[in-house]
Formats: sequence, C-alpha cells, structure tokens
Amino acid sequence: MANDAPLMEARGVSKYFGHVVALEDISLEVRAGQVTCLLGDNGAGKSTLIKTFSGVHQPTKGTMAVDGEEVRFDSPRDAIDRGIATVFQDLAMIPLMGISRNFFIGREPTRGVGPFKRFDMAKADRVTREELDRIGIQLRDTTQPVATLSGGERQSVAIARAVYFGAKVLILDEPTSALGVKQSAMVLRYVARTREQGIGVIFITHNVHHANLIGDRFTVLNQGRSLGNFEKGEVSIEELERLMAGGKELDKLNEEFRAVGAGNPEGPTNGASN
Amino acid sequence: MTQSAAGSRVRDVGALRRWLIRPEAAAVAGSILVFVFFVITAGDSGFLTSGGTASYLTVAAQLGIVAVPVSLLMISGEFDLSVGSMVGAAGMIMAVTVVEYGLPLIVGIVLAFAVALAVGLFNGYVVVWTGLPSFIVTLGMLFALRGLTIGFARLLTGRTQIGMGAEVSESPLTPLFAGTLGEFSVSIIWWVGLALLGTWVLQRTVFGNWVFGAGGNANAARNVGVPVGRVKITLFVCTSLSAALLATIQVLDAGSADVLRGELLELQAIAAAVIGGVLLTGGYGTVVGALFGALIFGMVQQGIFFTGVNTDWFQVFVGVMLLVAVLFNNFIRKRASEAR
Repeated sequence: MANDAPLMEARGVSKYFGHVVALEDISLEVRAGQVTCLLGDNGAGKSTLIKTFSGVHQPTKGTMAVDGEEVRFDSPRDAIDRGIATVFQDLAMIPLMGISRNFFIGREPTRGVGPFKRFDMAKADRVTREELDRIGIQLRDTTQPVATLSGGERQSVAIARAVYFGAKVLILDEPTSALGVKQSAMVLRYVARTREQGIGVIFITHNVHHANLIGDRFTVLNQGRSLGNFEKGEVSIEELERLMAGGKELDKLNEEFRAVGAGNPEGPTNGASN
Repeated sequence: MTQSAAGSRVRDVGALRRWLIRPEAAAVAGSILVFVFFVITAGDSGFLTSGGTASYLTVAAQLGIVAVPVSLLMISGEFDLSVGSMVGAAGMIMAVTVVEYGLPLIVGIVLAFAVALAVGLFNGYVVVWTGLPSFIVTLGMLFALRGLTIGFARLLTGRTQIGMGAEVSESPLTPLFAGTLGEFSVSIIWWVGLALLGTWVLQRTVFGNWVFGAGGNANAARNVGVPVGRVKITLFVCTSLSAALLATIQVLDAGSADVLRGELLELQAIAAAVIGGVLLTGGYGTVVGALFGALIFGMVQQGIFFTGVNTDWFQVFVGVMLLVAVLFNNFIRKRASEAR
C-alpha cells in the first residue's frame, strides 16, 4: 500500500469552547496498517479530539486531511462517508436488541420493493454470523440480545461492524478501559488483526501497557496540548507514563519537593515515586 | 458463556426455552390461564358459546386497536396518554359535523382523522423538539383535549352526548366499521389486521429495527444514522389515528357520541402492552404480546360477567394481573439478557 500520504491527518487542530481551550495545536497522523495510540489522562482532551475526528465537533483552528486531501466534517455522517468510523465507549449498541439487528441498525439490508420493502433478516443473520466467525466469536443464535455477550465480545462486534461497513480509519475510544485482562487481550488481538487488513487505527487509551503492545506510533495529550508524537521504539513505557502524568510539571514538582525535602521528612518519598 | 462446543447441544433443548424467553410468552400463557379459568368457572353459563366468545373478542378488539400502536410507541420509548381523550374528541367531531352542520358522515370521519393527525404530530413534535418526557406532554394533551371536547360540545350544541340516527344507520360506511359477520363484530378483523401489520412492521421492516433502536438506546441509534425523531413522531401519529379509528367504530356502532368516551383507555392500552411484555422503558417487546394483553382484558371483563360475580371486581383482577405480568416479564427479561 502507498504510504506517502497518511490515511488521516490532523494539522494543528485547536478546539475552544468559549474561554475553555479544549485542544491546542494538535497534530497527529494515522497510516494504513498502523495503530496510532492516543494517550492521555482524564481530562487531557482525548474525547474532544475523537469527537473532532468523527465529525461531532468542528475544529476552531487547524485542518484535517483524509488521504492527503483536506476535509471538513459537518456531521458524523460526513466522517463515516469518508471511511472514518468511530467506536465510542458506549459502542452504539442496543443491549436488549439482537446481535444481527444491532450489527445492521441504521444500514439495514432490504429486499422487495415499494410497500413490501423489508428488512432482509436472513442476510443480516448470515453476514453477522460470518463476520463474527471471522473474529472467533461463534454464535449459537444471532438473535440473542447483545447483553448476553461479554464486554470483550461486544467491543469486538462493534469493531467488526465498523470494518464490515468499509472503515478505512477506525477510531477506538478506550476499547479496553472497562475490561479485565482476558477480555482486553481479546480486543487487542482483534485490533492487531484489523491492522493487518490495512486499516488505520487510532487507539485511545490511558493504559500505557496496552498502548505499548499495540501501538506503532504514539501521541501523548496533556491538558489539551500535545506532548509529542513518537514512533515505536523511540520511547519507553516509563517515558510515556511520565509524559501522561504531566512530564515537565512533575519534574518541577519533584524539584520543589527536593528543595524543601531537606527539612521535610515527607518530601523525599514524594520525589522518589518519580 | 459456554463456548461453541456446547452450541449444538444447547440448541436442541433450546426450542421451548427460547420460546419461553420471548417477550410475549407471559401474555400468551396468561391468556390460556385466564381462558381455562373462565371455562371452569363460567363455561356452562355462556362464556364458551359463540355469543360469549364474540362479546369478549369485541371488548378485546376495541382495546387492541389502540394497544397495537401504543405498544409500538412504547417500544420506541414513549408514552401516549392522550389516546383516550382523542377517542372522545374524534367521536364528538363526527357527531357535531353530521348533526349540527348537516354534513355527510364521511366528512365527519375525515375531519376526525385530520384532527387526530394534527394531535399526533403535535405530541410527537413537542416531545422530540423539547426533549420533555412524553408522559408529561401527552398527560397535558389528555386534559386539554378532553377539556376542549367538552367545552366545544357545549358551546356548539349545548349537549355532551349526541345521537346520530339515520345518518349513521343507513350509511354505507357502517358495515365497514361497525358491521358484523354472524355474531362477530368487524372490529375484531380491524384488531387482528392491525396487529398483523404492526408485527410485520416491527419484526420485518427497517422501520421496525429503528423502533427497537430508538427505544433501546436513542443516542446510539442516532449515532448510526437512525432518524429517531421521525420514528417517534410517526408512531405518535399512529396512536392518535388508531384512537380516531376506534372512535369511528364506536360512533357507528352506537349511533351516538359522548364527550367522555375513551376515558381510562390510555391506561388500559399501556396495561395491555405491559402485560404483553413491552418494557416500560422501551426497546423491548412485541405487538403480538399487546394483542394477547388486550385479549386478556376482554376475557376478564366479559368472563366476570358470565361467572355472575359483580363486574365491579373486574378492576381488581386487572390490577393484580398487571402486577403479576410485570413481575413475570422482569424475570423473563433478566433471563433473556443473561448469557446463554
């Protein structure tokens, strides 16, 4: 695949809500067959950034590009039409609805014409079964409610759905944050398989270990600002962790504590944790 | 979760269990229970005759005609408490048009449906635009519409009940809405027909999938492009129109209109839907369930009459049944969302 232009790119994106600077000058790119990890603590601006990528918000400053071509998303629909699919934390799944109905909601296959046009359930069931088989989820009954699936399975179904509907770039919002170790492993394995299909993935997380396992490049956000983009191997887990926790500010705090530490028995312990 | 190895084994024993966790299971089982109960207690006093059957089916049909769209609306996550008032209003519109203004019956019916359409659109748009709970919006409509009906009826005619006479009894429209096939009223066909149509729409069409989506998780549905607002407004219009249909059936059947027609119908329709397995919070349920919910209502109301017990007890029976049905449905739904 041509790796000249990134599949998707943000160039100096800023987003202000009134006086609040939610994002300031963020640049980031994702290439085909790569996973770009977006790291940041709570309130770092990850959610705002995803919402800007997925067309929910429009950037106040800066531009975005898909395949090197500048784009402007006025709605989530625009983003989806350009192949940018976002799997939000709530997964856009309807718990008491059947799996195949969930898989196709909003994009139902139909048969028949005019007033006899109907939801092609047989096709929906068949495709759902095939797509889930492919990711190792064997269903007994595609009409069983999504609520009967485990967290990891649900996350994987949501990803499979986005891929099936032609996503070129997949934005995953904290896909492993609510999951146990085993379930997380399942999702990470599936993300890796998605990457092999040449899809670009933006993986949002605050878990550096997951990021380190799956990421090809990393962008760290703190208080709405980017603390830098790194290639895999350029940066260690410890460094990522330090950046997420505030980087320079922690260093400053460390020095402050060290300065008073001579006279304060609690000082050194604070400093030592860094 | 058991893995796929157990899959084929589970499937074999699963048929009955799968059916048992369907939303309408309680209502179907309840219908059979209620039927058996009245066969035992009132079987020889006329409950089982075709006349007895026709009588409870007619009661069920009149409720069911409204309960079908109400159940769809509830699955989409909204209530319509104004259907009862709409029945009174629609009936009065027909009567005033025909008796006071001497216009043909068809004009009255068309006018009633037009007003119902407007009321449905109003309910729908207010709920969707303001984001207020439909419980409140349509509760307001319940009072306002009943008040308007009584107010205008007195203002225009000085009466609150209007008899319609020959205009109705000789109308070619009467057999269509209030005719009989043997002992059975045509309204039963309307009821079953609407239930079949509703089931087809809910289970087999794209719109039906959106109804589930809108009620199950409106935000998620919106995110994937479902026009949630349009779905809900359409269903508000359907409930309102079904009230006008019921009013037409009642007016042509009785040959008169009364401002108080349809009182409590809104709650009975909700009860029928809930007994039928529709979840009060939306996103879950079937139209078939609401059909059986209405059937239970009809059997209980008429069955008590046949047992010779004072019909005052009807409401006690309904209340207890509602509670039992909801408890049972809760249990079923919990089973449905557990790992299989």
